[in-house]
Amino acid sequence: MADTLLDIRNLRIEATVYPPGEPPRTATIVDDVSLTLEKGRVLGLIGESGAGKSTIGLSPMGYGRGGVRITGGEVILNGRNILQQSKNGIRKLRGREVCYVAQSAAAAFNPAQRLMDQVVESSLKHGVANRAEAEKRAIALFKKLSLPNPENIGRRYPHQVSGGQLQRVMTVMALCPEPDLIIFDEPTTALDVTTQIDVLAAIKDAIRDTGVAALYITHDLAVVTQVADDIMVLRHGKMVEKGTTFEIIKQPKQPYTQALVSVHHIEHEEKQPTPKPILSVKKVTAAYGNGIIKVLKDVTVDIHPSQTLAVVGESGSGKSTLARAITGLLPPQQGEIIFEGRKLSSRLADRSKDDLRQLQMIYQMADVAMNPRHTVGTIIGRPLTFYFGLRGAERDKRVKELLEEIEMGAGFIHRYPAELSGGQKQRVCIARALAAKPKLIICDEVTSALDPLVANGILKLLLNLQKMEQVAYLFITHDLATVKSIADSIAVMYRGELVRYGSKSQVLTPPFDDYTDLLLSSVPEMEIGWLETAIAGRKMASAGN
Amino acid sequence: MSPIVRLIVQRIALGVLLLFLVSILIFAGTQILPGDVAQAILGQQATPEALANLRAELGLNDPAYFRYFRWLGGVLTGDLGTSLTTGQEVTATLLPRLWNTLFLSFWAAIVAVPLAIVLGLISARYRNGWVDKLISGLALTSTSLPEFFVGYLLIYLCAVKLQWFSSISTVYDGMPFLDRMKAIALPATVLTLVVLAHMMRMTRAAILNVMQSAYIETAELKGLRPIEIIRRHAFPNAIAPVINVVMLNLAYLIVGVVVIEVIFVYPGMGQYLVDHVSKRDVPVVQAVGLIFAAVYIGLNIVADIAAIVANPRLRHPK
Repeated sequence: MADTLLDIRNLRIEATVYPPGEPPRTATIVDDVSLTLEKGRVLGLIGESGAGKSTIGLSPMGYGRGGVRITGGEVILNGRNILQQSKNGIRKLRGREVCYVAQSAAAAFNPAQRLMDQVVESSLKHGVANRAEAEKRAIALFKKLSLPNPENIGRRYPHQVSGGQLQRVMTVMALCPEPDLIIFDEPTTALDVTTQIDVLAAIKDAIRDTGVAALYITHDLAVVTQVADDIMVLRHGKMVEKGTTFEIIKQPKQPYTQALVSVHHIEHEEKQPTPKPILSVKKVTAAYGNGIIKVLKDVTVDIHPSQTLAVVGESGSGKSTLARAITGLLPPQQGEIIFEGRKLSSRLADRSKDDLRQLQMIYQMADVAMNPRHTVGTIIGRPLTFYFGLRGAERDKRVKELLEEIEMGAGFIHRYPAELSGGQKQRVCIARALAAKPKLIICDEVTSALDPLVANGILKLLLNLQKMEQVAYLFITHDLATVKSIADSIAVMYRGELVRYGSKSQVLTPPFDDYTDLLLSSVPEMEIGWLETAIAGRKMASAGN
Repeated sequence: MSPIVRLIVQRIALGVLLLFLVSILIFAGTQILPGDVAQAILGQQATPEALANLRAELGLNDPAYFRYFRWLGGVLTGDLGTSLTTGQEVTATLLPRLWNTLFLSFWAAIVAVPLAIVLGLISARYRNGWVDKLISGLALTSTSLPEFFVGYLLIYLCAVKLQWFSSISTVYDGMPFLDRMKAIALPATVLTLVVLAHMMRMTRAAILNVMQSAYIETAELKGLRPIEIIRRHAFPNAIAPVINVVMLNLAYLIVGVVVIEVIFVYPGMGQYLVDHVSKRDVPVVQAVGLIFAAVYIGLNIVADIAAIVANPRLRHPK
């Protein structure tokens, strides 16, 4: 083990937590985790939120977020135990021996400084290079990560470059002082799939060419398959399984790993369109800023009773705006919304109470969509009182029925949102939407903020409820895997336009238009070598054009 | 037009409009004061004829809007009217006093602003430690004490007991600079103590707010020292709220010196105002009110513009 770079032994990390209404107590965030990393290797740390993967990832930098403390074990980097270093000693290795690439580059860059100043900062601080040398190296790295205009991009401010570019600049910032180890903490999670693939390829090339070792933290097994040599699966702060990438994805031993590997397998048979759609969007054009910024252009789609229309697209494609136009939050400039054969008023304020009841919404962020000071019973009971005038015992009875329907049980009626897990919160939001007995529920990225297994549970629940309650869904998402599991028909949107629309089988069967092809080919698959094949396919396609 | 120029022009136009509205308020305010100017000038023994003559002479019988526009026209041409009590041109008596007030406020600001910001940065660096608590405690104590109390305390200690300074801050034309500085030392110290805490607490709060940002974590993980992080990454992003509170306090330094000028018998705007309010000298009160309003609005525009210019998104559009 001559070239062992990082050796973590029996790491134990604790934090003080403050549960509502209870005295503070100590919680174990990471429990007895050991790992070794050799020079030039990439180890993927994978797990759900709360698995402790970021906390472990930050331990070689001697850093604990939000007051967590390392209370046991050893973290040996380049032969020195990090935990015995003074504050000064730790500062000397941060940004020199270990560098960090954060999830959201947009937030991780200082908005008031030019990119170059930030990229060379640690090299100058640690005396690795003088300013001219550091800038030269940064420009070479900008080139390597295929950033446009590498000579001058450093003069820009963070808000002047795109999210995907910023993530690559952040990688350059980590590479610039030539560290031995880089911690990548979900570096592509916040990006669109078509951007993610390029950033992923750039990161992979950079790791290979510079020979730096890396800890790659993510919740997405398909992504980590592309970059990691080995994978460690974590859950609740404990190690579940460790092995080579091939072993983990092809021969997982633990049931939890097996569940993660097979997460996207939901059987859903596509239903045929009916002659009478429940809601039709006809030639709708909508804009923000007094009609100047057009975000929806001439969009026409139908949603059929008790079926699901999935609207897919990247950020800025107009998919959420479509929902706002249908609900009346953003009255369209042109076109109309037909519900059960009659035209709905374009403005929310002009719609009848019954029209409002028929269309309900579920949002991405369940925790901000609920009043934290209301109990679950109040949250679900409110639409019962508002639409049906139910009160007292009658209302409680109905709330309990709904809680059973969302597979949580009547016991939750007096709980507060803060006491629920992410998946449970989203279930309460679903129950609140169902309470109105709507014909159509608009689901806006409802599983995007959830861990894969939890998201899977929510999708299964939605499908069951569709059968029981005969409700139609307009399902907005950027995740094509989700679409395949739940949709009956699909609308693909790009920059406000509908580029492809039809039944699920039609949309997902070749020949594809260019954009749908790009979108489909960008979704990472859990196959070693997928990234190289996809990139090569793209290069061929662009050479052919 | 670049967005930044448009925003600045907008702010200035708004400021002018606001000043115009304030001039109406000032005029209306002085009109509804109880009592009669002519009576105040001539005293209780004046004959009705004398009162009527004086009223006609002063134009007090004209309708209010007429008198307002006459006054406004004068203000726009630099003529603030004639003092009713002394018969002197208001502009000529007011300018040296305005200069005195600005001189005092300027030196108080020169000391107070950098001191407050540096103390705020130090407090943020050692947040919740004893240094932070000591700084906050002293600053809050000095602010909580009324300024007349601090003023008399300093006079008692520095002028009466130690005899370092004079208890009366007299200044006159042609006074040597150093003598003038010695004269304003005590009132400037009191002013500094009054405004220090507000600016210092705001700097601290603005920095601590920025310290929650993800880019501060980035800086920590680059191995920067806490003070470097504050100086390079936190302070440049906290500058807008700090500028705002600094300008607010500068305005207070100029507008709020009334009490201090009276305590130290300093010949500035504040004392001038107090003297003439008691004599019901309407033109002087109006003039001083308008100048105070202009200073207040002007400094707030400067704060707004500085905050706009400090925002990189506006300085460097996409």
